[in-house]
Amino acid sequence: MATTAEPAATSSAGELFQGDRGDSRLYRDPALFAEEMDRIFKKTWVWVAHASELAGPNTFKTTQIGAQPVLVTRDKTGKVNVLLNRCRHRAATVCEKKRGRQSVFVCPYHGWSYDPDGTLRKVPHSWGYEEGFDPAQFPLQSLRVDEYNGMIFATFNPDAPDLAEHLGAARKWIDLFMKQGAGFGVKVLGEHSFRFPGNWKIQLENTTDAYHFPIVHKTFLDSLDEETENVFDVLGQGGWVEDLGNGHSVMVMIPALVDLEHDLDAPIPERFAELAQALRDEGHDEATVRKVVRAVGGTGFNLNMFPNIACSMAFFRELRPISVSETEVHHIAIGLDGGPELANRMRLRLHEHFQGPLGFGTPDDAEGWERVQRGVQAGDDMPIMVNRGVAAPQGTAEPGHDAGDVSSETGMRAAYRMWKRMMQA
Amino acid sequence: MTTSIFAPATATPRVARVITLAEAQALIWQEAELLDTLGYKAWLDLWTAEGYYVIPTERGDGDPVVQLNLLYDDDAMRRMRVKRLTSGFAMASSPPARTVRTVSRFVVAASEPGLIAVRGAQILVEYKYDRTRIIAADVTYRIVATDDGLKLDQKVVTLINADDPLHGIGYLL
Repeated sequence: MATTAEPAATSSAGELFQGDRGDSRLYRDPALFAEEMDRIFKKTWVWVAHASELAGPNTFKTTQIGAQPVLVTRDKTGKVNVLLNRCRHRAATVCEKKRGRQSVFVCPYHGWSYDPDGTLRKVPHSWGYEEGFDPAQFPLQSLRVDEYNGMIFATFNPDAPDLAEHLGAARKWIDLFMKQGAGFGVKVLGEHSFRFPGNWKIQLENTTDAYHFPIVHKTFLDSLDEETENVFDVLGQGGWVEDLGNGHSVMVMIPALVDLEHDLDAPIPERFAELAQALRDEGHDEATVRKVVRAVGGTGFNLNMFPNIACSMAFFRELRPISVSETEVHHIAIGLDGGPELANRMRLRLHEHFQGPLGFGTPDDAEGWERVQRGVQAGDDMPIMVNRGVAAPQGTAEPGHDAGDVSSETGMRAAYRMWKRMMQA
Repeated sequence: MTTSIFAPATATPRVARVITLAEAQALIWQEAELLDTLGYKAWLDLWTAEGYYVIPTERGDGDPVVQLNLLYDDDAMRRMRVKRLTSGFAMASSPPARTVRTVSRFVVAASEPGLIAVRGAQILVEYKYDRTRIIAADVTYRIVATDDGLKLDQKVVTLINADDPLHGIGYLL
């Protein structure tokens, strides 16, 4: 798609969002995108992995932070490292595999080899360097890394607040989300990934957009049995959206599924009856069966963490900005780490039903986001409106938190306030 | 929801006769044309009731039952999918991208009375919003002879970039 040439954004970029209105340039200005990579993706904590993706010593995955390719490793001591995927010599990437297990990363160009913690191990034909050349001075560049309840984040910024402080009120919701490990722990089972021709913030907004659900996802809802369709009546159950600070927010669509360990004596939904019986037949006691079956269905909320990761009902939703008008999205399927295999099989089938490039939901989301990017080329002076929302139902959100009804655009405003703060910093 | 992790108990009876590659090709090409022309309801009739249509997220010989797939459809899911694609309410499919596909490079992978397994290559071009995209895939077909003629019993579409980012796909591969 042709992008309109526009004047370079300046550090006054934060002005492009005012209160509950955004300027069209938020989605379409290439200079603004470059500035976002610097002011946001190089300054704050960016999610890079779940701990289960690095199962044991000498495991790794590759990803990116903003536009920069990185290598996430667990070294032989068990420590997680996030390293720029760039040889210190002449810049070639040292690894192009998506994930795996290896104890050394050898640059294919001149053979410089690195340990999983980034240490430069060996330089071929080192006689060609002047005396005093010290490999210890040339490790892969490493980033600050921290982890909360299995969620691994990294940042380029030595001055960023601690991860726990950055996540703040979101931590409670991460803990609630991880209850879908049913006591076994949460494990990544696989992932769907796709790109759409649109700006990354369109996807960021969507994670706290319940308003679109019954419209865009009508065909998904139509494919459900009546009981399950009622569960997915996301606008009709007294849910809410709550600003958790620092750009994070939670959208509760199914209040009954906030705490998966609550009310486990409730009847098992019909769609899980077959699974429950199979688990009983495998010899699991009734308490375990109920806990596992509840976990298989996932939570009733989307936790959106600025800028790139969401704990979305039953999976992780990661966004990677590619360009001002292209975004990559990963829908990462999770299951029970060491839990019953049948439970994980059901999790996979449920994930496939909605998510991914051929799911019953995702293609329509992607189409909608592309339509936003196409439409925003029109109407220079027309704002993007994120002003929707009436009061949250009584007794839902934590006192002191800005909150609105489940269909409100409170979460988008929360994200844009953080965006504005960082773009003006 | 009729998504099930449990296989159906019954199997369509087979007619124990040799299926030639030419017969298999004819079915494969019939299927390709039906998909390009959005003849989804007729497409459903090409299948056995216990057949699986699979598009994995990884290349290789992994077991789709215990892995994440892009698509893992039994009969019930195929029917729900066709309902979705033809409903007029799925944004990505109303209309879908136009597609033209060819399937060729056929090799007989297995043959026994009443069954033939064929490997092939599929090249598909899609067109929407002034943009064409090429999707290439290795495809395996398991075709069985029944009283009602030849039927698809399994189709596995392994995309050349199965493990890389794709895009929203509002039609069938």
